[in-house]
Amino acid sequence: MMLYSTSAHPGAWTATGMIAAVVLASTCGEVLTAAAMKSIGDLDEIRARTGLKGAIRAVVTCPLFFAGVFFLALAFFALLFALNHLDLSLVAPASASLTLVTNAIAAKLFLHENVDRRRWAAAVFVCIGVYLLAH
Amino acid sequence: MPHGRLKPRQYLILGLVSICAPLGDTCLSRGMTHMPAITLAHPGSLIAAVFTPWIATGIALLIGFFASYLTALSWADLTYVLPATAFGNVIVALLSKFWLHEPVSLARWAGIVLITLGVGFVAQGPSLTERPAGPHAAAAPALTEEEHAR
Repeated sequence: MMLYSTSAHPGAWTATGMIAAVVLASTCGEVLTAAAMKSIGDLDEIRARTGLKGAIRAVVTCPLFFAGVFFLALAFFALLFALNHLDLSLVAPASASLTLVTNAIAAKLFLHENVDRRRWAAAVFVCIGVYLLAH
Repeated sequence: MPHGRLKPRQYLILGLVSICAPLGDTCLSRGMTHMPAITLAHPGSLIAAVFTPWIATGIALLIGFFASYLTALSWADLTYVLPATAFGNVIVALLSKFWLHEPVSLARWAGIVLITLGVGFVAQGPSLTERPAGPHAAAAPALTEEEHAR
């Protein structure tokens, strides 16, 4: 309600909240999808054993996969909502670049990936690079 | 399953991840800008748009992206695959410069260099986090030996 009642240019906190919602939903979606694919196993091997149908069945019978897709869809609609209120030149680079860093943090915390100095550096470099390219 | 270096086929899948998403978005954008304005009063025109060549190609490329992205996540870490998705932005920027002859600002060149460096850093390391063999890993060979004994 509050968001609709604001003027064409929402305040800094409202804009931050909208971008944070996109980043949070996107990170949840990516991490859940990655967890789903790790629980399923190597899709190339599954396809070699059971064919393409077997690989598709393995994916669509995994509940984690649908949880991931749900959050990715939520991120998409949150992005549309943010674009309705904020400039594309702010929302697109900010959400795309911040998602890379939050994904690295979430992958370390929840997927227990070995995010070493090389990967941290890559996340920061790509984050700034995406911002510069999209801005 | 390789824990360190990837097979050429797996690099190909990462290449598809990089290139399919930006090309798909570009096709959708091109298709939609050439369409007459779509209003909620005529939702049928949105469905008809799906069958135009540019939009159909864009959707096919985005399906290809999602399939290759899921495949990559099944044998590589999320923090290894994500920089590959960002590398697509570099490909689009280079295509716009050398194919469409659009001007690329200094800030964008800096972005291209940073993303390329970031992807280079990740690509030099292992693609998958090594996990200690758990009880399931130990149980699997035992079961196989049992089956062989039968």
